[in-house]
Amino acid sequence: MANHTPSTQSQFFQHHFVDAEQQLDASKMGMWIFLATEILMFGGLFAAYIIYRFWYPELFVMASKELNTLWGTVNTVVLLGSSLTVAMAIKSAQLNQKKNIAINLGITLALAAIFMVIKYFEWTHKFHLGIFPGKFYVFEGIDHPKASVFFSLYYLMTGLHGIHVTIGIGLMIWLLVKANKGHFGSEYYNPLEITGLYWHLVDIIWIFLFPLFYLID
Amino acid sequence: MATAESTLKKIQVQRYEPEEDPQKYYLNEETGIWAWLTTVDHKKIGIMYLASITLFFFVGGIMALLLRTELWTPAKTFIEANTYNELFTLHGTIMVFLFLVPAVPAALGNFILPLQLGAKDVAFPKLNLFSYYIYLTGSIVVIISILTGGIDTGWTFYTPYSVTTGGAVTMAVFGVFIIGFSSILTGVNFITTIHKLRAPGISWDKLSLFGWSLYAVSIIQILATPVLAITLALVGMERLLGIGIFDPAMGGDPVLFQHFFWFYSHPAVYIMIVPGFGVVSEVVSTFSKKHIFGYWAIALSSVAISFIGFLVWGHHMFVSGQAAMASMVFSFLSFLIGIPTGIKMFNWTATMYKGSIDLKSPLLYIFGFFFLFLVGGITGIVLATIALDVHLHDTYYVVAHFHFVMVGGMVMAFLAGLHYWWPKITGRMFNETLAKIACGIIFLGFNVTFLPQFVMGSLGMPRRYFNYIEEFQTFHQVSTIGSYILGIGFVLVFYYLVKSLFSGKKASANPWGSRALEWQVSSPPPLHNFHHTPVVINGPYEYHKPMDEFQLGLVENGHDHSKTSGGTDDNDGEEHEKAE
Repeated sequence: MANHTPSTQSQFFQHHFVDAEQQLDASKMGMWIFLATEILMFGGLFAAYIIYRFWYPELFVMASKELNTLWGTVNTVVLLGSSLTVAMAIKSAQLNQKKNIAINLGITLALAAIFMVIKYFEWTHKFHLGIFPGKFYVFEGIDHPKASVFFSLYYLMTGLHGIHVTIGIGLMIWLLVKANKGHFGSEYYNPLEITGLYWHLVDIIWIFLFPLFYLID
Repeated sequence: MATAESTLKKIQVQRYEPEEDPQKYYLNEETGIWAWLTTVDHKKIGIMYLASITLFFFVGGIMALLLRTELWTPAKTFIEANTYNELFTLHGTIMVFLFLVPAVPAALGNFILPLQLGAKDVAFPKLNLFSYYIYLTGSIVVIISILTGGIDTGWTFYTPYSVTTGGAVTMAVFGVFIIGFSSILTGVNFITTIHKLRAPGISWDKLSLFGWSLYAVSIIQILATPVLAITLALVGMERLLGIGIFDPAMGGDPVLFQHFFWFYSHPAVYIMIVPGFGVVSEVVSTFSKKHIFGYWAIALSSVAISFIGFLVWGHHMFVSGQAAMASMVFSFLSFLIGIPTGIKMFNWTATMYKGSIDLKSPLLYIFGFFFLFLVGGITGIVLATIALDVHLHDTYYVVAHFHFVMVGGMVMAFLAGLHYWWPKITGRMFNETLAKIACGIIFLGFNVTFLPQFVMGSLGMPRRYFNYIEEFQTFHQVSTIGSYILGIGFVLVFYYLVKSLFSGKKASANPWGSRALEWQVSSPPPLHNFHHTPVVINGPYEYHKPMDEFQLGLVENGHDHSKTSGGTDDNDGEEHEKAE
């Protein structure tokens, strides 16, 4: 598609844009709009959370104690750290330090994987206790008839967040492959920039999920 | 080319007259089935959408005819009650999610919007193609769910029934979930395109009103559709895991589903109708040969509708156990919607006042739209009145109301747009006489079908019922006959449009004499829309200015048939001082 572009343009310049700056602006704007839809999507679940917390405040306090605050905190730090490294990867691209892009992306990827591993152990621990979502709930440690609702919400919200982290991991691997081929530099780093935006959103959603589930009391 | 004399950049423009009867255009470059399936050209993608929605429209339409035929007698006529339930569910689901939502934005909008902006494509062409395949995948999943188990919940998937009933509801909601992402990504694409890819000179006050309406609609698509997605995901989870969010036995609340569902589905009504408003503005101005009356009023009323549209969802739930105070507020806000809509209607009629009206078939369809949409809109006000709604809720009155809005409004506007842009899309003219006859048949058939439903509904005939008392039989039979007439009308449209592809006479670049930018390229347009970079100095409705002022483009520098990438580097700034 970009066969006829002048040599001053990056090989990734698409011909329907006037220049590379417009292309970057457009891709950033597109991602921001997409993030708005993500917020609305999680918004549905947050609305459900608000309603049920309003109806059963004591349940949320009781059930929240079953969640492990220590591992939740570790995960928060891990995810915040990965947000930093993805920002550093973008900065490296802007400074044209091609090697640092891959290093920072690698660290981000590792942190994201650590997050998912911790999440895995948290979930399996609960399954072990019989805390399953919905009608499969068999745990008897919480003395409240609606206890399963809290955990249904917990699984849904952290699950949807986990899906987003997993998608993020896929994107990071793709970026890493491209970075190793030397595709990114100061003149072209659009995929890096917009994946970074996406990753920050995933981070921010966790920043909300963590206190809402782990830190209620 | 750019001679910097002051701090302002000056650019040189010249007139580019559109080529008549072009040798090379988007349809005969990059041919072959594989090139079509992998195309990133917005025009071809628009046509693929057009073909798909036409197919689904006829599938949904056949179901409607089967339903109407079944209702010929008060008891069973020829199909089982359960089949009847499945048929009306599928009719609703297919028509809403597979036809109405993508019809104008994804099919016509995809084709026309970049042309109106003077852009070579949408901002994200690959994403555009991806959206189409998401749409196709979701549609196929919905169709499979029909064939494997059927769904009998109605298109609204109300809990608790949708959670407890058998059939393939999980798969159907998953299909709709997938289609939702197509809608979201199209919205993302359009907003970015409108913001970033306007040709030099197209400021916000020179944007076409079709562009404004697509902008308003894209906002709804990106903000409302994700809520539907999560709601349907919750219904699916409810069926698979029994999470209890919508189940009172487990501490949940079925009314919460209705809140979530209508938070999307009421704005979705505007997703369907607002692009239609954009078509009306284009057609009315073109065939009145007159400046659109109240440009800003029309443009901003689209945005106002999309904003207020988010605040009225509760009017679907007046009898669902909602707080009386909430009902009053929702009722009041629903009345407010009438204001921007009324503004549009008055501006359109004012546009035609003292215009040189040329009653071609697209305008005829718009006249149909005016009448039918007016009835649909005013009965909407009736339904927003709480006391009346308690009586009319879930009766045929509601059915008639939204068919007046959706078919009488949206489908008429879609057909108007299709006829209006058909010469541009295909390069062929259709048979004008047949078009007018078909418009008359559709208008007649539509009224015969749905006017009796208002009467039935106000007399208490509930919607979705398989049986009815004998007093209603005459109304039902008239309605059924009307639906056959309507069906014949649509088949006739399909016939002469397809026929025009083979034997229609070739269309000139601008058969209607429009000033809008999409008519200033050849018919059909070149593969990359414009051979030059268009420069716009007048709005698209300024019929008092001469045609040559609407066909300007940057003067190309030296190297001939340049791909303009090099040639346009000098005009990316905001200043476009015109040197003529």
